[in-house]
Amino acid sequence: MAAGAAVPTSLESAPRIMRLVAECSRSRARAGELRLPHGPVATPVFMPVGTQATMKGITTEQLDALGCRICLGNTYHLGLRPGPELIQKANGLHGFMNWPHNLLTDSGGFQMVSLVALSEVTEEGVRFRSPYDGEETLLSPERSVEIQNSLGSDIIMQLDDVVSSTVTGPRVEEAMHRSVRWLDRCIAAHRQPDKQNLFAIIQGGLDADLRATCLEGGTICDLEMTKRDVPGFAIGGLSGGESKVQFWKMVALSTSKLPKDKPRYLMGVGYATDLVVCVALGCDMFDCVYPTRTARFGSALVPTGQLQLKKKQYEKDFGPIDPECSCPTCKRHSRAFLHTLLHSDNTAALHHLTVHNIAYQLQLMSAIRASIVEKRFPDFVCSFMNTMYGDQTLCPPWATEALASVGITLS
Amino acid sequence: MKLNLTKVVNGCRLGKIQNLGKTGDHTMDIPGCLLYTKTGSAPHLTQHTLHNIHGVPAMAQLTLSSLAEHHEVFAEYKKGVGNFIGMPESLLYCSLHDPVSPCPSGYVTNKSVSVWGGGGRVEMTVSKFMAIQQALQPDWFQSLSDGEASCEEAISIKRARKSVDRTLLFLDSCLRLQEESEVLQKSSIIGVIEGGDVMEERLRSARETAKRPVSGFLLDGFQGNPTTLETRLQLLSLVTAELPEDKPRLICGVSRPDEVLECIERGVDLFESFFPYLVTERGCALTFNFDYQPNPEETLLQQNGIQEEIKYEDQIKKIKTTGCNQKMTSFEINLKEKKYREDFSPLVKECSCYCCKNHTRAYIHHLLVTNELLAGVLLMIHNFEHYFGFFHSIREALKSDTLAQLKELIRRQASGELGNTNLTLH
Repeated sequence: MAAGAAVPTSLESAPRIMRLVAECSRSRARAGELRLPHGPVATPVFMPVGTQATMKGITTEQLDALGCRICLGNTYHLGLRPGPELIQKANGLHGFMNWPHNLLTDSGGFQMVSLVALSEVTEEGVRFRSPYDGEETLLSPERSVEIQNSLGSDIIMQLDDVVSSTVTGPRVEEAMHRSVRWLDRCIAAHRQPDKQNLFAIIQGGLDADLRATCLEGGTICDLEMTKRDVPGFAIGGLSGGESKVQFWKMVALSTSKLPKDKPRYLMGVGYATDLVVCVALGCDMFDCVYPTRTARFGSALVPTGQLQLKKKQYEKDFGPIDPECSCPTCKRHSRAFLHTLLHSDNTAALHHLTVHNIAYQLQLMSAIRASIVEKRFPDFVCSFMNTMYGDQTLCPPWATEALASVGITLS
Repeated sequence: MKLNLTKVVNGCRLGKIQNLGKTGDHTMDIPGCLLYTKTGSAPHLTQHTLHNIHGVPAMAQLTLSSLAEHHEVFAEYKKGVGNFIGMPESLLYCSLHDPVSPCPSGYVTNKSVSVWGGGGRVEMTVSKFMAIQQALQPDWFQSLSDGEASCEEAISIKRARKSVDRTLLFLDSCLRLQEESEVLQKSSIIGVIEGGDVMEERLRSARETAKRPVSGFLLDGFQGNPTTLETRLQLLSLVTAELPEDKPRLICGVSRPDEVLECIERGVDLFESFFPYLVTERGCALTFNFDYQPNPEETLLQQNGIQEEIKYEDQIKKIKTTGCNQKMTSFEINLKEKKYREDFSPLVKECSCYCCKNHTRAYIHHLLVTNELLAGVLLMIHNFEHYFGFFHSIREALKSDTLAQLKELIRRQASGELGNTNLTLH
C-alpha cells in the first residue's frame, strides 16, 4: 500500500456496512445508509447517549417514536452495574433495556480521561478502582471486548489509550502506538465479528504527524490502522479541551486519510454547529451527552441556539419551544408551562425537554441528509449559519475556515 | 351535572356522574378516584407516557398549593389551567392542599387561608382565592376552608367550632363571588365538611353545608395515620348520612386500598390517587391482588405457597423496620431489594401495563440502584394502572354483589396474612 495514496482503499475482505447514497460535489459531506444487525440507519446520524441502559427519563417507545434507530450504552458503567453476566442472562443489552433497534457501546476507555484520578494505564490495560465498592478492576482490550460481546451491541469500540487533547509530549505518541497494538488485541479477542461490528479509533491528539502515523503508518513499520480489517473508524481524542481551530484540523486530516467506503464516527461531538461543520468535513456518525444533559438543566435546543427555560423571561411566553418542531413537547406544551414545571419538583419537566432536544438533534441530521441527497448542502450550511448566528459573517472564525477548507464559502 | 345511583349496597354507592365539564358530555364512575398531579402534571409522566396507562380517570386533581403562586401567569394566559397544562380534554378538580405535603398549622385566620408552594407561603383571602379560581377555570374546586382542626393532636371543641364557622363563612362568600363571575358559571363549588373529631360540629357542618347550593362535598380532616382513621370512621358514617344522596362525596388524604374500602362503605364516592405516587417514590411497586375471583387451581397454589411466603415476609419486615422503609405497606414490593436483581419476570404477572409488558423486575432494580430517572417513570405507570384497576374491581364487585370477597382479600393482604400474592409462587 503506497503511503500518501490519494484515495485510501480497504482490504477486499473487510466487511462493508455502509452504502453511500449521495455525496456533496463541493465538500466532503456524504449521505449513506448503515446496514446493521438491528436494522438500517441513515447517515449522517446523531446517536443519543443512554449511558446506563436507559435514555434518561424517556422510554424506549418514546425514543423509537422520535425516529432514533441507534443509541449508545457505556461499557464502563454497565460493566460495573449490573455487570455483563446479568445482561447476558437478560438477552443482551437489547433485551435488558428492551430496545429493538441498534446499539453502539464504547470501550470504557474515555473514562480513563474523565476519571483519571482513579485509573492507571499500563500496556496490559487500565486499572480502575470501582467508585461503588472500591474493588480494583483491570480493563484490558480483551476484557473490554469480552464485556461488549456479552452486551451484544451492534457496534463495539476498540479499547484505546485515551489521552486528553490538552496533553502534549511523549505521552501522546505512546498512547497512539499503544492504541494500534490494542486494536490488534481487540480484533483477536472479538468472538462475534458476524454479529457485532468492531470499530477502530484513530488517536494522535492534536499532533498532525502523530495522527497521520496512526492512520497510515510511518515509513519503517506497518502500523497503520486503515489497513486493519475493521468495518468502521472512529476519530477519537478530540472533543476535549482543545481549541476549535486544532479540533477541525485534526478532523479534516483524519477524514482525508480514512477510506471512503467505511463510516467515520466522530466521538463526543454534538453541538449543532460542530455537527454541520463536521459533516462537511466528511464525518458520518456522532454522539454526545450534551443534548440530553442540558435538557435536565432546563435548556432547550433551538435553531438560534438554546433557551434557558427556567429564566423569568419565559414565565409568560405562551408559544412552544420551537413552532417548527414536530416533537410531542412542542405540539402540546408552551414555554410558560415548561418554565412553571421546571420550577417544581416534578421530573416530567426534564422528560419534556429530553424528548425535545433529542428531536432537535435528529431533525437537524435529517435536514442535513436531505440537503446532501438533494444536492444543496452548501446552501443548507449557509442558511443554518444565518439562523444560528443571525448572519453568516457572524459565524465563528474556526467554522468559517473549516468550511472554506472543503469548498463552502460563507458570504 | 347529574349523579345517577345505580345501586346502594351496605352503604356503598355505585353510579355515574354525568353531564360533566364545560361541554357537559363527560362522565365519571363512582366509586372512583382522581388522577393525582404535581404542578399540573402527573408525576414523572408526559402526555405520551400518561396515555400508555389504561383506565386513567376522567378527572384530574390539581392542587392550589402548586398553582397559586403562578396566579399572574394564568390571569394573563386567560384560557384556563386545562389548556395551560396541556390537558384540555380532562376534567379538572382543584383542591386547596397537596395530600402528600402536610401543611403547617397556625396560618388560618378569619379572613385568610395559606398554602405553601415552591416559592413559599401564599396567603389568600376569599377574593384572592376566587380571583385565582377565575384564572384557573377548573371544572370543580373546593371552597376555601379551615382544615387545621385536624392537623393538631388534641382538638378543642372551640377550635372545631371555629373551623366550621369559618368554613361556612368562606363558602358563602365564595358562592356570592361565583354568582358575580361570568367565567366561573361553568365551574362547580365543592363544599367542605369540617369539625375535627367533635361530633356535634361535624353534624352541624354537614347540615349547614348541605343547605348551600354546592355541587358536592369534600370530607376534610379524616386523614392521618391508620389508627386515627379507624376512630374517625364512625364519625364519617354519621356525616355522610346527613348529606344529600344526589351529590358526590369526595374525601381528601385517604388513598390506601384498605382505607378506601372502609370509606366507600361509609358513603364516600371519590378519592385522591396519591398512594401510588408515594409507593413510586420509595422505589416500590404495587402488587396487591384485587382479583377476588381467582380460578380454583390458582387458589390451591396460593394456599400451598402461603406458609413459605409468611416466613419470608416476616424476615423482610424485620429488616425493613430498622431501615428507612417503615412506611412501606404490604400492598407493595420494594424493587431495591437484592432478590430482584436477577428476577426477569414483570412487576405483576398478569398486569397489562406498559411497564409489565416491556420490562422486568431486574431492569427496574438496576434503574433504582443506578438512580436513573426512568425508574420513577416506569413505576409510576405501573402503580397508577394497578391502582386504577383496583377501583375498577371495586365497581365490578358492587355490580355483582361480591364486595365482601374483595374486602376480605384486601384485608388479608393489609394485615400481611397473605404476603404478596403474586400468583407465580414456585
